[in-house]
Formats: sequence, structure tokens, C-alpha cells
Amino acid sequence: MSDVAISAHGIEKWFGEGEARTHALRNVSFDAYFGEMLFIVGPSGSGKTTLLSVISGILRPDDGRVIIDGVDVWHLDDDELAAFRLAKIGFVFQDYHLFPRLTTLENIAIPLVLRRYDWHEAQAEARKYLRIVGLENRAQLPPVKLSGGEQQRVAIARAIVSQPDILILDEPTASLDGETGRMIMAQVVYLDDAHVTGKCHPSQ
Amino acid sequence: MRPEVPGPSHPRLAASGRLVAVAGILLLAYKLLVNDRAKFSGLLVGLTFSVFLMIEMTSLFAGVLNRSSSTVFNIGASIWIMDPAVNTVANTIGMPDYVLDAVRSIDGVRFAVPLYSGGALVRLRSGTYQPVTVIGIDDTSLFGRPSVIRGSIEDLFAENAFLVVKDAEYSKLENPGVGTDFEINDHRGVIVGIAEVSTSGLFGIPTLYTTYQRAIQYLPTTRYTISYILVEPKSPADTVRIQRAVNRLGYLALTKEQFVARISDFYKYQTGLGTNILLMTVISFIVGLSISGQTFYTFIVENLDKFGALKAIGAKGHELVTMILFQATFVALTGYGLGIGLCAILIALARLKIPDYAAVITFYNLGLALAMVIVIAGFSGYIGVRKVLRIDPFDIFRG
Repeated sequence: MSDVAISAHGIEKWFGEGEARTHALRNVSFDAYFGEMLFIVGPSGSGKTTLLSVISGILRPDDGRVIIDGVDVWHLDDDELAAFRLAKIGFVFQDYHLFPRLTTLENIAIPLVLRRYDWHEAQAEARKYLRIVGLENRAQLPPVKLSGGEQQRVAIARAIVSQPDILILDEPTASLDGETGRMIMAQVVYLDDAHVTGKCHPSQ
Repeated sequence: MRPEVPGPSHPRLAASGRLVAVAGILLLAYKLLVNDRAKFSGLLVGLTFSVFLMIEMTSLFAGVLNRSSSTVFNIGASIWIMDPAVNTVANTIGMPDYVLDAVRSIDGVRFAVPLYSGGALVRLRSGTYQPVTVIGIDDTSLFGRPSVIRGSIEDLFAENAFLVVKDAEYSKLENPGVGTDFEINDHRGVIVGIAEVSTSGLFGIPTLYTTYQRAIQYLPTTRYTISYILVEPKSPADTVRIQRAVNRLGYLALTKEQFVARISDFYKYQTGLGTNILLMTVISFIVGLSISGQTFYTFIVENLDKFGALKAIGAKGHELVTMILFQATFVALTGYGLGIGLCAILIALARLKIPDYAAVITFYNLGLALAMVIVIAGFSGYIGVRKVLRIDPFDIFRG
């Protein structure tokens, strides 16, 4: 495995048509290394989420290359790309996107289920990560019964449960108060014995 | 040092096969569906109601058709010979006696006997009049006789003797016992036995059995008196030859199955009954399709971001399709089962109040409803799959 986790070269991305056409990413190039915690900071609408989507194999760029751990991801087909994301990347979305009809424990187990774990084995594994984020006593509650900070910790546990090489957090503290946001970031730093790439809200 | 990353090559994962993988995804789909109780209930209610209506309608029709052929089932002859204009058991056209003799002379006929089937008005001891169906069976062989549960079949040879069938209509004759007498067309009739048959009649009137000769003697008839000639071939292979020979005589010979089909066709295509039932079944299908299609579509739309999140995390397209088709199939089959159960309960309850309630759940009804439910599940699944496959995970990512 090379030390370069993500290598972006000349990324270009446009949105819209005609007068509404917007140049969201203009010739973006950078390297992010394993073991490094990288923050992308910018004002609202500057293209942070777009960049994260492009470098994580979710949004196809109009030009440029993204190489993750030596693999040119935009040369993979849809299924290969999905499998690659599942194996390599953990996501924490802006709005958490937890499943309200599943328990907290089941939410965390989802990546493992997609990785072909047996259901009960996935639950057992998920419980370890629930303990790591300090929510073991919330295992059987649905996410809607948790506070915003707790939901964010569940989202983080879900992102790291399959021990991905790369962790991508999109505005992980945006909807949290300052105190909870600091606690979440402390937790992310604490978990940084894995290689993490990340992004945080400009206010952080 | 970085922790070991479990993946498809991990020993723990290597042991788990495709089945485990699919089972986990299906369990996830199941929980997403069932835990949304409001939507799940809505889907089940829609499908159950739809299946209930479809099965109830077709069962009623099957019941009517079954009863319309009750005489054919109860008599049990292999071949029925009749005037070609006959479409139902109830509307007979008399045949002359020489046809019976001619049939008996056909090669391959083991025996042939006459049968009388007609209606009469019975005056009961209370003075009330009750229409009845009278079946006159061959005096010599008593072929086509019912199963006697009280009295003796030989007593049918006694003077004025009749057997009464104990079915749902029995009470209309004021529950006669052995020895009860009545008046039939100015003749005295005596109940000498109580019988039972496998299938009740369609028209809601009691049935009396007597001998052929007594039937044509007591009841007003046309010049020709034989309603049907019942034939048993020497072997099944002789059936076609007998049918051809009877056709040459200018009459129609049908096997039991062909006669039942002819009667069914008459009710289906010449009475409007079939069209009405078909319309109701189609309406039930459309109602089910609309309710479940709409509810399932809403369910998918409301969970679209969740499916998008799954896609972003790494679920493959075919895995999402599997989840949605499983959800559609699960809810459809559950609704199917509940619909059948509800229909069976309702028919059982209806029979407690209306013993003559004509509804039969046949394998054909069940198969038809299952086919329609599969179409509903397929349609619901299709709209769900279309929607989910079009989700762009980027929309989920940017919130």
C-alpha cells in the first residue's frame, strides 16, 4: 500500500446549464496521505461537499483523475465503485442519514451487512463500536430518540465499524452546539489510529 | 499499527457465503419495511382487501358454477346423452324411448339407463306449497341413486315412494322424516328414506328422488319423457365411438367433464353472470394495484434518502433492487395470505347464517389471485426500483 491515500489531479466540475452554469471545482489537485487528518475549509458554496463527493467516488468529475490507494476510481464501473467505497471509505454525512426505523445498533451494523457479515455477527461487531462512541446503553433505541450529538456519534460509529482506510466526514459538527462539536472532534481525533481524511465546518 | 481490515477476504467473511449476504440484506429490507408500521399496515390493508375481493368474487362464481352442475356430480354417470339444445341440467328437452334402445345397441356401451329431471310443486301437510326438483332414476338399476342415510334404498320400490335429500333446502319441506307424506300433482307421495348428496343445487329448492316410471307417471310431461340417457362405456376408449354414434342419431353425448364445462360456459357467456364477476374481479385488482402501488411508491419516496445513503456507503444496484423486490413480494404475499384467510372466515360465517351460501375457494381462484398479486408486487416493485436506481448519492451527500 502506498502512503498516498488520495491523489487528486486537475479536478474540474461544472453544474447547471446556460447562465446558471457554475464552475464548482477548478483544477483542484492535492495529495492526502494515510495517517494524515486533512481539513478542507471554505465558505458556504465554495465546493467542499462537491470535492469530497468527487474524491470519494460518489460524483463523477468533468475532468481530472482521482487515485485512491493506487486505484483510479473513475475507471471503475458502478458496481466496482460501490464495492470499492464499501471496502475503503467510511462516510459521515451532513445530515447523518440514520435509518429511523432501525435501532441504533442496527444502524451501525449496516456497512457490515453490506460486507456480507451474518446479521447477528454484524450486530455483535457493531456493539463494540457503540461502546467506543460511548452509546452502549442506547443500542436498542431508534435514532430519533437520541440527541443531535448522540446521532452524530452513531453516524461516526457506522462510518468506522468496517475499519475503512479512509474516513470522510462532511461538516460533522455543523448542526451541533460548540461544546458537542468539540466533543465530537475530540472523538474523531481519538479514533485517529486509522488513517483519516476529513472536513469540518468553517466555524471549527 | 493499523487494525486489520475485515473484508470479503477476511477468514470470518470467507466462511459466509452468498446466502448469508443475501439473508442479511433481506433482513435489513424486512426491518425497514415492517418497522414503518403505518405504511406497512396501509400496504397490508390494501392488498388484503384486494385479494379478499378477488377471491370472494371468483369463489362465488365458482360456487354458482359448481352448483349449476350439481345433478351431474351427484348422479355420476360417465356419459350423458341429451338433446343438442340442452345447455343446463335444469332445462331439459325430452327424448323419445327409441333413442334409449338405439344407444343400448351401440358397440361399446356397457349399459344405458334413462333419467328424468324436472320440477314439481309439493303440497305439504301444513297446506303450503313448495317447489321441488324431482329426479327419476332407472327403475331396474337405480343407477345414480344418492347415499341413503336413513331408511332403505329398496323402499323406493314401494308405492308412492320418494327419497328426500337432506341438504340446506331440506327444512323447506318442513323437515320430513321417514313416513311423512305429501301431495305432488294430485298424487300421494311418501318419504321412504333420507339421502345425502355431494353437491346442493343452485336454485334453492329441495330435491326428491323417485323411480323413473313413477316420475313420469306423477308429473306432467311432454310426449317424450327421457331427460337424459346415462351411459357407462365398456372401457374409456369406447367413449369417442359412442359419442360419434350418438351424434349420428341427432343427439349429443358428453362426458361428465364436458357436460359440466358446457353448463359452466352457458352461465359464463350467456347469462351475463361471468361478465359481472369478471368486472368485479378486475375492479378489485385495480383497487389493490392502486392502493398498494401508491402506498409502496410513497414508502419508497419517503425512504429515498436512506436508499441513497446505502448507495453512497457502498450498496450495489442489484442489492438495492433485491431489497425492494423482496419488500414488494413480502408485502404482497402477506396480503395474499391474509386475504385468503379473511375470505375463508367470511365464507364460513356466511354459511352459519345462510347454509346455502354458494362460494367455493378453488385452486384456480387461488392461482388467479396469486397471479394478480404477483402483478401488483411486480408493478409496485418496478416503480420503487426505477426511483431508487435513479437516486444520485451526491444528493444525499450534500444533504
